[in-house]
Amino acid sequence: MAKLIKNRSIVEDSWHLLKEVSSLDEISDKSAQSIIVPLAFWQEHRRELKQRPGKTAVWLQSNELPAALGEDLHSFALIALNFPVFSDGRVYSSARELRSNFMFKGELRAIGDVLRDQLFYMARCGFDAFALREDQDIDLALEAFDDFQDGYQVSVDKPEPLFRRREQTL
Amino acid sequence: MYRYDNYDHQMLEDRIAQFRDQTARFLKGELADTEFLPLRLQNGLYIQRLAPMLRIAIPYGMLSSTQLRKLAYISEYYDKGYGHFTTRQNIQFNWPALEDVPDILEHLAEVEMHAIQTSGNCIRNTSTDQFAGSAINEIADSRPYCEIIRQWSTFHPEFAYLPRKFKIAVCGTSDDQAATQVHDIGLFIVRNDAGELGFRVLVGGGLGRTPVIGKAIREFLPEHELLTYLDAILRVYNREGRRDNKYKARIKILVKETGVDAFREKVEKEWQSLKGGPLRLTDTEIQRCRGFFDEPDYKELPAQSAKLSEELSRDVLFASWYQQNVDAHKKPGYAIVTICLKTTGVAPGDVTTEQMNFIADVADRYSFGELRISHEQNVILADIEQDALYEIWQALKSNQLSAANLGLLTDIICCPGGDFCALANAKSIPIAESIQRRFDDAKRLQDIGDISLNISGCMNACGHHHVGNIGILGVDKKGAEFYQVSLGGSAENTTSLGQIVGPSFAQDEVPDVIEKIVNVYTRRREGDERFIDTFNRLGMAPFKEEVYGKTN
Repeated sequence: MAKLIKNRSIVEDSWHLLKEVSSLDEISDKSAQSIIVPLAFWQEHRRELKQRPGKTAVWLQSNELPAALGEDLHSFALIALNFPVFSDGRVYSSARELRSNFMFKGELRAIGDVLRDQLFYMARCGFDAFALREDQDIDLALEAFDDFQDGYQVSVDKPEPLFRRREQTL
Repeated sequence: MYRYDNYDHQMLEDRIAQFRDQTARFLKGELADTEFLPLRLQNGLYIQRLAPMLRIAIPYGMLSSTQLRKLAYISEYYDKGYGHFTTRQNIQFNWPALEDVPDILEHLAEVEMHAIQTSGNCIRNTSTDQFAGSAINEIADSRPYCEIIRQWSTFHPEFAYLPRKFKIAVCGTSDDQAATQVHDIGLFIVRNDAGELGFRVLVGGGLGRTPVIGKAIREFLPEHELLTYLDAILRVYNREGRRDNKYKARIKILVKETGVDAFREKVEKEWQSLKGGPLRLTDTEIQRCRGFFDEPDYKELPAQSAKLSEELSRDVLFASWYQQNVDAHKKPGYAIVTICLKTTGVAPGDVTTEQMNFIADVADRYSFGELRISHEQNVILADIEQDALYEIWQALKSNQLSAANLGLLTDIICCPGGDFCALANAKSIPIAESIQRRFDDAKRLQDIGDISLNISGCMNACGHHHVGNIGILGVDKKGAEFYQVSLGGSAENTTSLGQIVGPSFAQDEVPDVIEKIVNVYTRRREGDERFIDTFNRLGMAPFKEEVYGKTN
């Protein structure tokens, strides 16, 4: 099983990511497995997927909006957001929207071009799980979460901006 | 000035450690070029034509004498004895070694400076009026708000990988000196009918390949909601700005393609979930930030210094410098001095190590130890007693800093161009110099009067050529450097974009062309019309005819 970082620890990944899937037949042999399917596939087969014995999660491309999940959103134990390239900043807004606007409480996983040097900002935007790109050193990557001790902004990890926290110490 | 607390210091310390590690991994080959690129850019580091270039942030143009001395030190030990002030009120060094950059950043941190987000697809240094706090026509000091924006935009986790760079300007004066309308976001401080402070918000302005004047999306934003509204704009842009084409990625294109009304709706919708939330500014925070910009210890002085009047009548050269480079101050007996860094033969905006140290001394002695950089690439001493002007002028003179051409034809805004910049299509510094040499006559320059001439070496428009009364753009014509001339641009309250006169010119033709254009103006101006007024009245035709000859 692949390894990933979850809540700042290295864990075995119990989910199976389906980057592409076009028919239910393709997943018939995985009925007990936990799978992550593309948004379009979920939208097309949500009724059937909800009946599966195994858990089903969904992943969004960087141009797909969390709002597309509609009421299903809170039924997911996991939502994955894909970085087609590490510099695609849309994904950060999706993460923050899921956490702050939709109050998504499940696992929020970064997939795709996920690199050590972006982990800190990702975590601040609400990601708690990171499936790093294969060539990344996962042990070294753990250090990324300590790159900064604090930040100025409102973020998922710090719901009060620094200026409000400063005031409490005045 | 703003002073760092433990939080600010800690964040800089963390940043330097982070960048030191990233640089080391890059040099060891553990970090690919493409992956290191945005990391180094967000620390101000470009790889240029001849060497790396390091751009250091001067937040909203404010600098202390201590900071300037540190910049002088860096220019001496890590560079070749000079620095270059930019049109974003920053400073850049052209010759540091890549492996020295973390050490340079450590030096900067000692004086509360950094190179964070001076480049890259992120929120850049916020700019403002160089007279803020001292200007006579001020609604409110813009600097506290600039500092609030600086902190919000520094290491913003959501907006570090925008479609393209993002520039914000704040204008607190009634005469805009910050080119606010040609920024991604332009904020004008206003008061509503109830007398409350707020902002008129413009969005989608910018220069570059497609120059656009920003459009108002909100007539009054209460000051407390500044950051919630900025967050909303940025989120819409981050989600929807184009990422498929670098040249269409700025917010101005998104606003244009979406339509300003539809764009406003999107922002307002996003704002609903943010306004009144934790990011709403508190009175305490606004007061805290204002406190850093409280008035210095001004003396009670007569409005007009008798000493100054006597000196002005005695020394014509001083008088002509005074007339050009000194502005009125809100406090009786004080004045604002601009050191114009446009001496012929020196690249516009360049200062030597010695000059930096000298200016720092002058600031300490006469201007409460503070100074500012303008987007016109000049240095400002904003709180000078009128009684001291003569002494200062004499000292400036002996340091080659007394150019008396502020706001005149030779006070040229100019990017580094092909001599340094890897993006440039053509050189720009030699063009500036050739024009300065042609108009090397103080009387004539004063007769021509108030005019702006801006030069960019490529479409990216760092030299603001679109908003120069005369704009010059370097273009590549089958491998040769040519120059396109435009007229009628302005970055003032009535911001306008220049129109291209016609086919471009070879380098050696440029001074002649400028001379012809100026001649049309001096021949046909009426009363005390400025160049831009005459152009707006006459239109392009007479200028075009003079430059290219009569066409049938």
